[in-house]
This record gives sequence, structure tokens and C-alpha cells, in this order.
Amino acid sequence: MSKSKPRVLVLRTAGTNCDEETAFAFAHFGAEVDRVHIEQLYKKNIHLKDYHILALPGGFTYGDDIESGRILANELRLHLGEDLCQFIGDGKLIIGICNGFQVLIKAGLLPGPLDHQSEAAHDSHQIATLTNNDSGKFEDRWSYLKVEGHSVWTRGLDEVVYFPVAHAEGKFMLAADDLKKLEGHQQVAFRYCTFEGNSPAYPDNPNGSVADIAGITDRTGRILGLMPHPERHFFHTQHPFWTRVSNGSTYGSGAKIFENGVEYVLEHLL
Amino acid sequence: MTWRIEIKNKAGVFDAHAEGVSRSIHDLGIASVESVSVDRVYNLEGNLSPECVEHICKNLLTDPVTQTYSYIPAESFKHAKTKKDTHTVEIAFNPGVMDPVEESTIKGIKDLDVGGIQSVSTARKYTLRGKLSNNKLETIVDKILANKIIQHAADPAHPKSVPSGSATKSVDLIMVDLLSASSKKLMEISQQGQLFLSLPEMQVIQDFYKSIDRNPTDCELETIAQTWSEHCYHKTFRGNIEFTHTEGGKTKSKKIKNLLKSTIVKATEEINKSWCVSVFHDNAGVIKFDKDSCVCFKVETHNHPSALEPFGGANTGIGGVLRDILGTGLGAKPICNTDVFCFASPETPFDALPPGTLHPKRVMKGVVDGVRDYGNKMGIPTVNGAILFDPHYIGNPLVYCGSVGIMPKDKVNKRVHVGDMIVVAGGKTGRDGIHGATFSSGELTTESETVSSGAVQIGDPIQEKKVLDALLKARDLNLYTAVTDCGAGGLSSAVGEMGEATGARVDLERVPLKYSGLKYMEIWISESQERMVFSVPPENVDEFLKVFADENVETAVIGEFSGSKRLELYYHGIQVCDLDMHFLHDGNPRITKQAVWKAPKIKKTRFPKRPDFNQSLIDCLSHYNVCSKEWVIRQYDHEVQGGSVIKPLVGVDCDGPSDASVIRPKLDSNKGIAVSNGINIRYGMIDPYWMAVACIDEAIRQIVSVGGNVDKIAILDNFCWGNPDKPDRLGSMVRAAQGCYKAAVGFQTPFISGKDSLYNEYTEGKKSIAIPGTLLISAIGIVEDIRKTVTMDVKSPGNLIYVVGKTRDELGGSIYLDTLGYLGEHVPKSNIKSALKTFTALSGAIKKGLVASSHDCSEGGLAVALAEMAFAGGLGISAHLKKVPYQGTDKRDDILLFSESTSRFAVEVSPKHQKKFEAAMKGVPVGLIGIVEEYPDFLVTGLDGELCIHKDIYELKEAWKAPLRW
Repeated sequence: MSKSKPRVLVLRTAGTNCDEETAFAFAHFGAEVDRVHIEQLYKKNIHLKDYHILALPGGFTYGDDIESGRILANELRLHLGEDLCQFIGDGKLIIGICNGFQVLIKAGLLPGPLDHQSEAAHDSHQIATLTNNDSGKFEDRWSYLKVEGHSVWTRGLDEVVYFPVAHAEGKFMLAADDLKKLEGHQQVAFRYCTFEGNSPAYPDNPNGSVADIAGITDRTGRILGLMPHPERHFFHTQHPFWTRVSNGSTYGSGAKIFENGVEYVLEHLL
Repeated sequence: MTWRIEIKNKAGVFDAHAEGVSRSIHDLGIASVESVSVDRVYNLEGNLSPECVEHICKNLLTDPVTQTYSYIPAESFKHAKTKKDTHTVEIAFNPGVMDPVEESTIKGIKDLDVGGIQSVSTARKYTLRGKLSNNKLETIVDKILANKIIQHAADPAHPKSVPSGSATKSVDLIMVDLLSASSKKLMEISQQGQLFLSLPEMQVIQDFYKSIDRNPTDCELETIAQTWSEHCYHKTFRGNIEFTHTEGGKTKSKKIKNLLKSTIVKATEEINKSWCVSVFHDNAGVIKFDKDSCVCFKVETHNHPSALEPFGGANTGIGGVLRDILGTGLGAKPICNTDVFCFASPETPFDALPPGTLHPKRVMKGVVDGVRDYGNKMGIPTVNGAILFDPHYIGNPLVYCGSVGIMPKDKVNKRVHVGDMIVVAGGKTGRDGIHGATFSSGELTTESETVSSGAVQIGDPIQEKKVLDALLKARDLNLYTAVTDCGAGGLSSAVGEMGEATGARVDLERVPLKYSGLKYMEIWISESQERMVFSVPPENVDEFLKVFADENVETAVIGEFSGSKRLELYYHGIQVCDLDMHFLHDGNPRITKQAVWKAPKIKKTRFPKRPDFNQSLIDCLSHYNVCSKEWVIRQYDHEVQGGSVIKPLVGVDCDGPSDASVIRPKLDSNKGIAVSNGINIRYGMIDPYWMAVACIDEAIRQIVSVGGNVDKIAILDNFCWGNPDKPDRLGSMVRAAQGCYKAAVGFQTPFISGKDSLYNEYTEGKKSIAIPGTLLISAIGIVEDIRKTVTMDVKSPGNLIYVVGKTRDELGGSIYLDTLGYLGEHVPKSNIKSALKTFTALSGAIKKGLVASSHDCSEGGLAVALAEMAFAGGLGISAHLKKVPYQGTDKRDDILLFSESTSRFAVEVSPKHQKKFEAAMKGVPVGLIGIVEEYPDFLVTGLDGELCIHKDIYELKEAWKAPLRW
């Protein structure tokens, strides 16, 4: 085990399916990455505390049966809760992409406590949700996203980035007063927008999310969840019309997110 | 006891599913339903206290933001007093059909530290508000809410539970009296047992048992039927054929010994490419990818199941072809899927449907849904496909499922060793899918939906994903010596095939079952999904089982490869099968079938006196076979695994129709693969020979068009035909196979694998509807550098537009003539020699970076190709027909616009590359016909110098996008 390298745990279980490309993205920037089945954490063959970044990749964990992310969220909450609390308390990073975001939301890790009262109670419970798209179907399409907030994950990103979404349950919902708090704390990380950065209608907002929210963080900005897939715009050749445009780089606009994670660990956790 | 839990949406939460049902009801012509709501029902069986149930509802089954819950003991369920004009109906799965949610729900409950749960079943409760007669309600249930093959309208108070037979372990060994049977009796045995064996075959079996002086067990007879089925043995393709060919008043006859070997396989042998690593004998064909790895490709069909239960049929079709990839060599990792479907027109009136068939729109929605569900959940990008429509598919749609895998080059070969243990891994075995192999070897009839319903299942993609994860790990640890999938015929085929050279002994009671009560024969032939069979050296068994256990995949050691060269099955110690492997695999009689092909008489085309080409172009673009399939494509995850390079939808608005798709299987390498399909049934209606040539031409052309290497392309054949016992059906298939040979050799593209699915007919009384002979050619090409690939959308104003390849008077089978109501006589006939030269030159020009965009000219001809390039790029094009390279006497605007002559491309070149491009294309017919315009006008000047087409590109795009925007 290397002591000088950022270590990333990409969590897998039955139905996880974006683990390899997510691992690739971190490894590309020098991280040491393990794709770990949750059973290995249960059995304590592998320990969360040995890692700096926890990544929950996309997929259909347990088939999204009952609802997306629910079963894995319960596993995290009920069986790995303490380890996670410790991990977060140590100032480490978590990212959840697509199904991983659904898991973080349903486990109550995002948006996390929105006021002092709930913070004091130390009881994370689900206050937001990601539910069926208004279109009623799974859709794979590219979305323009306005970058907001102050997350370590999104530092240095362009004002508007372009990532694909691929989901059936990505409509973000939460109560109106909670939304106010969320926005007040600058916990919104990504909002769907038009090409020009304006407020979108379907399909620019692909799922009907309230306030066009595509991704959020906890109050520290160290836990990020988003429906779009930055790992699918890691290379320029993944851009849907890369043959028309050049950005002068081999990377796409999603690569920076993974680089940010690795950089943060190098700067603050090693 | 059983608890009934209802989950409802909170007021104000938008329910898209309910909205979709509501729309479908209106589509049926029932306007009186004002609103629909859908509740989820869970029936939990087990020893659970009310507190536990509350806990489960609150923490597992209900989303606190959008849903509420209620629960009661099922037995105390009482129908609420129904309000006027409110109708509720509850749809549940039939007993024995796997409830996809059950396993995860039980897991979820155990995660909550709640014990005592035994089983879970789910249902949907639909509440329809509005005036509705009972008749109409039944119609809605039948046409929209339930498919009686797998579902029923349930009684909430008495949810049906799993079928359980007696748990008794007594073995009633059944012997079939074959020795004394008359010919008539033999056929009765074949029919009643759904064996689909012919009389000569039954007689050979009878003779065999006479020679060993005993009757067969039911299990032996079934095993023979499975192994000898058309589905598994391909006896038509491998048998003898007397072929008569009549054309232009001349009749020729010839005897064909083994059609497969004398056409498809022969081509590959003659071409003899060194990069072909494993052809024909494994689950998929394997070619070299780079210095470390190989890629394999397979396309399967799942037609009959999809006709009866479109979702389940397509779902398990994908599951099946993915297992083919997992079972190729020592196992490959699937990296992309390709799917091709054929349906009747979605506009078919309900009263025109033959009895027992589903409406084509429902079939299509179900099939797409099934592909989406399995492919997306497995995490395999669906990157390419095609959808065709023709009225003859009304009772028998076609569903082709293809998959590409990647594997280390030292994992291509497998060999079972005597003494290896037989291990089954994956899903449990139930009564599902009994008789799938033999069922697909007969025609569909009005009764198929009742008689053969056991042959239809729904899949469990997460189970298969777990198997995939574990298999690759075990493969890389070298823990087994061979693997194959359980497909048609179940364990019978898998173990029978693996043990062909060694022999095998199996103890059937060791197979993990979904429920008790299965007979030994059912265990043996069940086609329960998501199972693989491995041969594991005894010393590796423990580690093998651990690898699978770590991924929560169930395994069982069920026997060993024995060395006896016999297939020996036991059930609780009693021998139920003892068959000589040699007889099983080589004992069936070579049958001789008659085949006749006569050139059809075709109605002469009467061309319109004053054609309106603006309208013709719109008609072609909005033709169902040409129009945008975006509605389908977007429902597939085509980017998972991150390897996407050229997506199925390209262009400035991400909605143009790409030619081949390109992916990069290794994210740290710039090497890629391109995948494409060629299919065109209308050419086959004129001459299947030229259809085959055109399909191969098209599949290769698409790969060339994106920048693939013409000398690194391999192809697959996939024949879906009618009943081969009817000479005309078989004759057209022979003709197509001959075309396959000709084109494969001509283009030097080897076949590496193939498949045939015959008996695609729907019989109603004495009337039989055969599908048109449908040949699918799928191609895979190696792309040396993905950064040099090109897409089909025009890039910038001022660029030059070329046509590459010659146009001829070949409107026969064209979309244009179809819009006029004709088939036409002059089918496109590739000049393969010159086509190969064209392909090679264009490949070279693209590699040199001289081409800005390229699009293959196929259905709809040059006009459609240019229009698609224009609107995909968001720019106009102006073109002159005079400059189109033409061969023939009768040069006309309609021919130049819409003829579907093969081997052609429309290509965009920057003026700065003009000279180099023309030099690269030296010796190839090329015409500089136009220019990319800044303004969105699509302008074509006819031979007379007047504009014959003048349209706004957005109007053209809308015509193309509208038909299948559901």
C-alpha cells in the first residue's frame, strides 16, 4: 500500500457497471484505485479508512428494484454507517455518479444536514429524492450544465460543461424550504442549462428536476453527487460531436473533476 | 401469513408511468378514461410482526419524499366500495414466472435485520377513472396492462404463490414405448412430447434402441430431440439439398451437400485470413484485436419468444447472446451490443391482426423495453442497430441480438479434461422455458400462445452481471478448463456439448432449484436464464466456488466429465439417462430437402408523368425504414464503459444517423472497433442472391465510411427464413447463401460465425404467412486509430461534396418505388471488383485526413444520404445531378436521386484537400457534385439545369424525425 499516493475506493456490488471507467479516470491522474465489492468491507478484508476518496459509480445496483439506489443506500446507512461517519469526519472525499448519486441521496448523505438542529442530531435521513424522469423513460442524452457552488470537486471547471446523462430516475426533488437552504449554502453544484447557459426546458433539462438541479454537494463541498457522467466525457473523443469541434486537448470537460479529487488529496490529506 | 402492502404516490407527484398507460388507452380508441393512477403492491409472505412490516415499509419500500404506504394482512383485504366510474385492476405475474423484484426485496429486508421473510411477490394496482364497460376494461387489460403469457389480473385477497409440487423424492422413471411403435405412433410421440422430430428421425432413434434392446427413458428421448433440433443442430443448413433454379426460361438443378460448408464456411477457408483466430466452432467468432487481445462477435435471434411476449423475449434474447460471449473460449467481456428488429407496420389496424398475435406497436415497444432493461442493467452499451417494417412480420417479428466481447489472446481455447468437475453457476433452475429449442424449430400458430407459453421467460440482468463479474475473475485466475452457456436446451445442451468428447455424469438432484417439485427431466431441459456451466479441475473447485461466492453467485458441483463417452444422468441415485455420445451427436439422419428458386414475375413500374421530387424526398425520409430511430436509441445506454467514439446519433444536434458505430475497448489505447449491419429484404423479394451481395456491401461500406480498414473486416451471417420444408422458402435461402459466398470472397471478408432461424411462419388454419427471407449481415472492423475516424454530418460551408461510386438504373427494391407502390425489377447488383477498389481508396483518403464527412448511400439513395448529411450538420447543400458518375443509357433525375446502387458514398472534402483527395481516389468513379452551403437550404439541380429539389433542411429533418417520435 503506497503512502504517498491518493487512494481511491470504487465501491461495487451486484449491478454496478461504471466502476471500470470511473477507476480509470482516477488512476489516470495518479491515484491508486481499488474496485472493491461491498462484501469485502463487511468482511473487513478491506477497510474504508485506508482510502482518501470513496467513489460510488453508476449502474443499477440490485437492479434498481424497489427504487434506484435504495438497497445499497440502506446497506451503507445500516451496516457501514460508523465507518462512513469517520471517513467524512476525517475530511475525506466522496463522489457519487448517477446511481452513486441516487445512493448518496437515499442514504441521506446528500444533501446532509441543512441546519444546525439536524446537524446536532447527527441523524442523517433522506430529505431529497431522485425519482422517475418526467419523460417516463430511460434516456441517454448529453446535457449542458452550469457549474455553481464551491466544491473541491468542481474547482477550475468551465462555466458551462457538457456531460451525458443516462438514467430513468434522475428527477431531483426536495421540499421548497429545503431547496432554499440548499441554494443558500451554495450546495448546488450543477444545473441543467441550454447551450448558452440559460434556463432549460425538456430535453435540456432531461428529467424535470426541480430548479434544474443535476448535482449537489454537502455543506463542506467534499461530498459530490451528480446524475450526469463526467467519466464519459473524460476524453475529447467521447464528445458527441468531437469530429466538429476541437478544444485543443485530448481531455473532455469531465476529466478535471477526477483530477481535482486527486489534487485535493495530495494537497490536504497526504 | 401474507401481508399486503400498497405504495401510493403522494398527491401532486407526477407519475409518468400512469401517464403512459393513459396515453396507450387513448391510442386504443378509448377516450372515456380521464385519469389513471398506479400503485405498487408487495405481498410479503412469512412470519412478520406488524412492527416489522411497518419498519420494512418505512425504511425500504417507500420513498419518503414522493410516496406513502399502507399495509394489512392479505386475508383481511376487502375491496373498497367502488366509486362510480372508478375501476381498479391488479396485475401480477403468473405463478412460476420469476418476479424480478423478489430477490432484491428479500435481500433488502434481511439488510434491515428482519428475519422470517419467506417470499415476496409484487403487483401493480391500476385505478382507471372514467366511464368504462366491462368489455372495454377487459380490452385495456388484455391489450395494455397484462400479457396473459406471464401475467394475470389478480385477486388481492389471494395472491398466487410459487408453484410447489410435492417435495417427495421418489423417482418415477418414465420409459417411452418406442420399440413396438408404428410409424403413426412414432409421430404421435413426437408431436405430443413437443419433440418436433420427423418420421425418419424417429425411425433412426427407434432402430438405435432396437439395437440395444430397450426403450428410451423420457429423458433420453428429450435429450436427443434437443440436440437434433433445428435450433441446435441446424440440420437444414448442414443437410443435403436438391436445388432447382429457374431464371429467364432456363432451369438448372444441382445437389448441394451441406449448404453451410459449401458456401459460408468455404468462403472463409478460401479467404484464409491470418487474423481469424477461431471461426464457426465456438459460441462466437474470434478475431485478433491487438497484440494482447482478441475480439469476438455473435448475433443471435429470439423471434418466437418475442412474438408471444415481446419484453421477455427480447430481454432473454440479449441475456442469451451475452452468455454466448461469456462462453466464448474461456470467456470474453461484452463491450457492445447491436440489435436489429423487423416488425409489421405500427399503423396496422387492430381489426387486421390475425388471432393470437399482438399489435406491432405493442411488440415494438415491448422489444425495445426488453433490450433496454437487459443491456442497460448489464452495463453493455447498445451502439448500433436497425429496424425494418414489412407487413409479413405481422405474426412473426424478428429480433436479432448481437454482442461483441474482448478477451486476452491466451483465453481463446478451451478443452474439457476427463475428471473435471461439472459446475453450474448463476440462476436457479425452475420450470421456465421448457421446450424453447424445439419450440423455435416449428411454426407459430394461433395456439402457440397457450401451448408454448412455458417457453417464454423474463430475464434477470443483475444475476447475469454478477456471473460476468465472477467469471472474469475466475478466468484470470485460470480456475477452469472450459465454459459454455445454458441456452436453448438448458443443461441438456450445455453438458451434452461440453462432454461430447469425454462423456459426462450428472446427479440432477444437485442442481439448485427455484422451488421443489420439479421432475428430473424438467431439471435437465429447463431453460432457466443466467446459468453457465464450467468444467473445473478438482483441485481448483474450492477456489472457484469462493470466487463466485464473493460475488454472491450461487454454484453447485453437479457431476463430472467422466471419460465414459456416455451421457449418464442420475436422480437420487437412479439412472434416468444413459446415452452414447456418438449417437447423440452424430446419429441423426442426413435429410435431403427440396429447394426451388424461380425468378419472380414483377409488376412493371409506372413512373409518375410529372414527378414532384420535393415530395418524393419527404416521402422517402419519412418512410418507416428510413426515418429516425432516435426514440429507440436514446432508451439504450450507448455510452456505458466509456468507450464510445462514434455514437449512433451524431451531428451538431446529436441526432443524425451514424453509419457504423466505433468504440474503443481499451481506454488507454487508440485502437478501436467499428460495428455495422447490412439488411434489405426488398432486394430479396427480387433476387435473394443480390440481396446477400448488397447486404455484405452495405455492412462493409458503413465501416469504410467511418474510417475502418477494408482489409480488417469480418462478417456474420444470420438467416431468418420461413419453413424450409417448403421448397420455395428453402430455394430462396440457397440463393442467398450463394450470394454470401460470392460477396465474401469478392470483398475478402471472412464469415466468422453465423446463425439461422427457420420456421418463421405464422399459421392460421390453412393459411400461412411466411416472413420474407431476411438475411442480416453484421460486420466488425478494426480501426487502427480512432482519432482519424469521421462522421456523416457536413462540417463547414464551402466544403466540396463528392459522390464516390457509380450510380446505375437500379431502382428495384428501392424505398422510392415503395413509396410509389412498386417493387421494381432492377435490383442493385454490386460490381464487387470495382467496389473493393472504391472502398480501399476511400479508406486511404480518410486515414490521410482528407475527408470531412462521409455517408454511405443506402435506402433512399443519394438524395436521402445528402439530405441526412445536411440536416445532421445543420447546413445546406447544393448539388448538381449532371456530375453524378453514371453507368447506363437511360439517365434520369429519379434514378440519380433515388436509385440504391450499392458501393457508393457521399463525401465532404475541404477545398484545401481537393487535389490530394482526387489523387487518392484515382481510378475510382468520383463526381464533384456540389458544395456545403451556409444557409439551411437543400438544393438539387436536375439534368435539365432546373432545380428539382428545394427544401429547408429543418423541414426535411422534421419529416425524418416525426414518424417514430412516440
